[in-house]
This record gives sequence, structure tokens and C-alpha cells, in this order.
Amino acid sequence: MESVLGRYRNLIILMGVLFLQVLGLAVQVKRNGSDTENTRLIRVWAVNAVTPFERGVVWVQTGIGNLWHNYFYLRGVRAENRELKQQIEQMRIEQVRLSEDAAQAHRLQTLLAFKEQFISKTVAAQVIGSSGSDLSRIIYIDKGSDAGLKRDMAVITADGIVGKVLLVYPSVSQVLLVNDQTSGVGVILEKSRLQGVLRGSTSGEAMLERVMSDEQVPVGETVLTSGGDQIFPKGLPVGTVAKVSNGKDLFLNIKIKPAANLSKLEEVLVLVEKQERQVADEAVRVRAADILAQRLPSVPDKPPADAAKPGGDAVGAGKSIAPGTKQAGPATPQTMKKLPDSTAQAPVAAPPTVRPPVHSAPAANGSSPSSAPAKSEGPKPLDTQGRATAHPTVKPDSPKPTRIPAEQPAPPPTTDQNGPQ
Amino acid sequence: MQITYTSGEQVEVYRFGIPATVGIPLIALFLQAFVPRRFPAFSYLDLPLLVTIFFAMARRNPISGLLTGAVIGLVQDSLGGLPLGLYGIAKTVVGYGASSLGVKLDVENAGARLLVTLGFYLVHAAVYFTVARGLVSLTLNWSWSRGILAGLANAFLGVLLFFFLDKFKQRT
Repeated sequence: MESVLGRYRNLIILMGVLFLQVLGLAVQVKRNGSDTENTRLIRVWAVNAVTPFERGVVWVQTGIGNLWHNYFYLRGVRAENRELKQQIEQMRIEQVRLSEDAAQAHRLQTLLAFKEQFISKTVAAQVIGSSGSDLSRIIYIDKGSDAGLKRDMAVITADGIVGKVLLVYPSVSQVLLVNDQTSGVGVILEKSRLQGVLRGSTSGEAMLERVMSDEQVPVGETVLTSGGDQIFPKGLPVGTVAKVSNGKDLFLNIKIKPAANLSKLEEVLVLVEKQERQVADEAVRVRAADILAQRLPSVPDKPPADAAKPGGDAVGAGKSIAPGTKQAGPATPQTMKKLPDSTAQAPVAAPPTVRPPVHSAPAANGSSPSSAPAKSEGPKPLDTQGRATAHPTVKPDSPKPTRIPAEQPAPPPTTDQNGPQ
Repeated sequence: MQITYTSGEQVEVYRFGIPATVGIPLIALFLQAFVPRRFPAFSYLDLPLLVTIFFAMARRNPISGLLTGAVIGLVQDSLGGLPLGLYGIAKTVVGYGASSLGVKLDVENAGARLLVTLGFYLVHAAVYFTVARGLVSLTLNWSWSRGILAGLANAFLGVLLFFFLDKFKQRT
């Protein structure tokens, strides 16, 4: 027996090592998808062993690149600067046009009470490596849980979607690209509004699945995210239809050319925070406040005693709540900025008894109280949490205070729970 | 091209210092993970496989060869998103085979190294393909043209790499 063991020792050890690995593989496959959690420790060791080199090389590469481009290679910068300025001018004109369109779309969404997902926070990250295998489309980025990244966060570039965060380590994360065979993204065709699922293939191609073969899908049509996967917000560019052919069963084979260049990624953005809110809320609220601010009768300006004090703790002036509450008088603009946002939800409920503080606030720059209205910024639009938003604010003294037509009646004053007391 | 049969007493067995034993596979894994992002064609090459073959053939010890292959393969698996063991199993087989072959053949000359590397690349691809399809149910399609081309590319790189890595050999 001993002689047999000795003679076939190498072969027995080989079989033992292979058996252990096959067993491990079988366990991982059986748990179906959650294997990355079970093998996390080995993966952490491997990633920690390799990524410091990658970080170092990227750091040196970036440093040398920056040094060269920012200090030495400045040929043609003046001409480029001129061109960019011209582009900015053109884009400003374009922006005016687009903001009109956006406002119109906003109004329509308001009517339909749409819910939208907004990208409220992103983290920029640098690609430092990959899986090294053409069968596993994975990249590594230099941000991890220390930067607030979590599993299943969307990763995008300015051109289009890239993938999702698969595994998170303290300073590094693993990102599964959309052209990996295990990836799946809910998408929609821009014009025909057909929905499908974007999947990768072993050869690294992105394919649109689940589109019936009797549908017409033109080559070149833009593909956007549908938001159905709960990872990517709706409407992000995915790519364009590159080739359409009849597939097996009842579905089309649609090859998609990704909008982002997935083979040469350098910097990406990780969507760390999405916000879902009803478009209608803020728009209606702000407009109602503005309407009230313009139409309600006012009381004469009366400088309050504490308004004279710098940083005085006057109540209510800046917050939109002022008309509906038992507010004594105007406040300084500084106070307006400090007021808690959570109280800013009741402008519609204001009774027509007190002039809105936006107009009555004394100027902060030391001018006379009578000149105050022209200098005041007015209330900022607030989101559902009461935070100031980036939507354009309608100033009380602006030439177009509201988009609602003049013949439209103002909202009925003070009928809700914050009414006059 | 010269492939000579040698007896067990004739072949030289080498060993490597700890820095080379740890550093060379790590650098190979790092390059394999880093370079394809800049040069996608580099993903056709498999540096960890070449390092496995080199160590196995130089040490000429099947157990050492299969363990080297298993460790390098498992680390390579860890960097990817697929289950651990695909590269591990394939490189274990290659490590065992290369070290067993190293005992029988003189694999010090360029021609032998070219053929051996090409052969083991195909063995590695075949084992990987079989395990990936049979155990993990990945939908892989075998392509002979791609396999041969990638094998040749790896074989030529292997010849150059092995001459460089010979500098780290230490006689036992």
C-alpha cells in the first residue's frame, strides 16, 4: 500500500488539488450569484496584492501627463481658447432655447404628475485595472467604500453608461461592464419606445434581447436606459443599434454599439445618490408663492426692532411660510438664508393679510428699506425635502415673474391646515 | 530545433529566491490586469500562464508545479468576476504537466520552449473551456483560429520571457 502511495504520490496530490477546486467551484455555482460574498476573503487578498501596483502606475502616469500638458505642451492654447470662447457664446444662445424647452417639458410633466429620478450625487473615479481576461469584462476603479460607494451603484461616463459596481473594497471597487455576459440593463429604444434587456456576450458585444421579431428596429437608433433595472436612472444614453438580424425563437438579434468606449475607459462617474421626486410639487409650490407675492395686498414697510441688529433673529421673512403664519414683520436677508428649510412648504396656504416678506425685507447692503424689494433674491424653489433646488428662481422683480398666464386665477388663499388662526 | 530526451540524472533542477517566487507572479498578474485597459489586444496574452510554465519546467517538481499553478490561477480568478477555480484548475493541470515534461525533456532551448508553450496554451484553453461549459455553464464558443493565433503569440512571448527569467534561476 505504501509503495502504491509513494509511486503515485504526485498523481494523487494532483487529483486532490483538482478535486478541492472542483468542489469549491460547484459550491459557488450552486449558490448562484452570491458566490462573490462567500469568496470575498480570497478576492480581497488578491485585489490588495495587485491594485497597489496599479494605483502607483496610474498615479505616476497621471502626474507625468499633467506635467507635460499643463506646463510644457501648450502649443495652440491661445487659438483653442479663442475657439472655446466662441463655443461658449454659441452654447449660451443654445442654452436659452433649451431652457425654454425644458420649462415647457417641466410644465407637461407637472400636469402628468410624473415621478423622476434625479442624479443628485456622483463620485469621480479613475480606472486602474481590469480582470485581465477577455471572458470577464470587469474593471477596477480607485474609489471604494471609503468614498461612499456601495454595491449595485451605476457607473457612467459623459458619453453613456458603463456598468455597475459589483464588489466594494475600502479603496477599490470592481465594476461589471455592460458588455459582460452576466450583465443585464433595462433599456428602451428612443423613437420606437420598444423595451428590452441589454446583455453582454462572451466576445464582448452588447446585445439587445427580448425584442419581438415582428418589430421594426432601424440601424442607428439610439438606445436609452429605461430605469426598469432600478440601477440606472431613466434616459441615460446606452448606445446605438449597430446590426439587426432574426434570431432564434421569436426575438430579434440586435447588436448595440455602446455609447461609451468600454475598452478605453479612463475616468468614470459613480452615481452614489439618486433622488426620486414628483416633478409637480416644487413647481406648483413656487409658482403659487410667486403669484401670492405679486397679487396679495401689502402692508407698509415697518422696520422691526430686531432687524436693525446685524444677524438679528427675525422670524419668517425669508421663508416662504411668512404669509400664512403669525409673522410680525420682515427680516434681514441674512436671516432668510438661515431659516430652516422644513418650514418652507406652506406658501400656498398663506392668507392675504400680510405682505410676503420677500418684498418687505430690508436690503442687506445698507440701502434704505424702501429700496429693499429690488435687491432681494426672493425664496428659492424647494424640493420635497425642503432643500433649495437648482431650478431657475423667479425673482419678484424680474420682468417675467411667472409663467402662468395673467388671466389664470391665483390659487385660493388659506384653506389648508396652515390657514389663519 | 532540438528536443533531447534526458534521464533524470542529466536534467538540472533549479530553485528561486523568495523575492522571485513571489514577485514574478505578482508582476505578471499586475501586468495582465493593467495593460489590457490601455492595449486591448494584450488580453490575448496570458502572462500568468507563461510564468506557471516557466516555474514548473525549471523546478521539475510536479507537486511544486501544480501548487504554483493552482495559486496563480486562483489569484487570477479572484481578479475577475467569474467563480474561483476556472483558471485555478486549468493552471494546476498545466503546472503538473509542464513540470512532468521538464523531468523527461530538455526544455532549455528556444525551439522546445516554443512548442511546449504552444502546447500548454492549448491544453490550458481546453481545460478552461471544458470546466467553464461543463461546470459553470458559461456559453463559450471555441474558435480554432483564435486559439492557434493566441497560442502562437503566447509561445513567442514565452520564448523571450523565459530567457529573461532564466536570470533568476539558482542552481540547487
